[in-house]
Amino acid sequence: MPEYKILIIEDSPTMRQLIAFALKRLHGVRIVEAHDGVDGLKKLSAEKFDLILTDINMPVMDGLKLVSLVRSDANYRTTPIVVITTEGAQEDRDRALSLGANDYITKPIQANKILDLARSLLMPA
Amino acid sequence: MATDDDKGVSYNAEEFLQLFKKGAEFTQDLLKENERLRFRILQVEDSLHFKGDDTIVTDENRKLVEKIEALEKEKTEILERILQIERENQDFAERYVEVEAENNNLANLYIASYQLHSTLDFREVLQIITEIIINLIGAEEFAIMLLDEKTNELNAVATEGVTREEIPSIKMGSGIIGSVAKTGDNFFVEEMAGYTRDFLNPMVCIPLKIKEHVIGVIVIYRLLIQKKTFAPVDYELFTLLAGHAATAIFSSKLYSESERKLSTIQGFIQMLTK
Repeated sequence: MPEYKILIIEDSPTMRQLIAFALKRLHGVRIVEAHDGVDGLKKLSAEKFDLILTDINMPVMDGLKLVSLVRSDANYRTTPIVVITTEGAQEDRDRALSLGANDYITKPIQANKILDLARSLLMPA
Repeated sequence: MATDDDKGVSYNAEEFLQLFKKGAEFTQDLLKENERLRFRILQVEDSLHFKGDDTIVTDENRKLVEKIEALEKEKTEILERILQIERENQDFAERYVEVEAENNNLANLYIASYQLHSTLDFREVLQIITEIIINLIGAEEFAIMLLDEKTNELNAVATEGVTREEIPSIKMGSGIIGSVAKTGDNFFVEEMAGYTRDFLNPMVCIPLKIKEHVIGVIVIYRLLIQKKTFAPVDYELFTLLAGHAATAIFSSKLYSESERKLSTIQGFIQMLTK
């Protein structure tokens, strides 16, 4: 099984730990954490990732801005992006998806939901 | 409507379904064989009848009857075994769901506990409690109130979705919040769906306790839009918050006080030794 590289961009250490904890149950993954959008972009330029999970509400650069920047990079046109946010409204979901996100998870998140979503995006049937 | 929780179960249930399909195919084969043999017996019986000799019971005929009986018995046993496996599979599937849920709950509790004790900085501890309430419980509007032992009043020290100024000071024992602080018992509003925000009558009020000593409360006024009700793990998180958050707040306050005293003493020592 190939090693999958996953980037978690989230300003909350609690959320980062929870997401990383869930994703570690997928065998053969390497998880890198970034604490805001700018830090996330730095890490994305340093190496190629197979999956990006990003919060929307973050300091310095929010998740929606990050999604549009990532999608404008030729290296990341098709990389799955999952947006995580506290907003449950349909319009936020639509906005994230229209910018290029593949899927959307609302807080409070559950480990098994993240795991299932990551599995379906990394290893489609 | 299938939820994301179902996906994990169905994914793992596929292996069990494969097993059942194989069993069903095998049973179908047996039934076909049974039917073929019955047909063969009818053919033999017709043949004997045609000959008009009922006394001729060939060895072949007897063997076929015996074989049918054996196959019938085997079929019954297989069907019973399939039913037993189905029951076992159901038990395993239910157990799997329970273990998964328990695993997720433990992960949440572990992370909450780990984060709460990861710092001795008072502001950071409040920030971590806030994050836990937002991200793990799913509250949108809430406040952390601490007891001022001089005035015997509860005052908001951190808020989310509301300002600190909006949260009134509460006398120990007064109203729902004051009573929770006095008794140390959790409070949950009876009808969550019909609740409207009232700063004196919160949706949830959790005491922050060190053993039986209450140092403050967490009051929740609104949940996130997608959070309709509390899950069992939320109550465990509340229990964990009641104890661990209180200890973390108390320790960080003590630490910052001792740090302040230490720097004062060091200042005195420097002055004296100059």
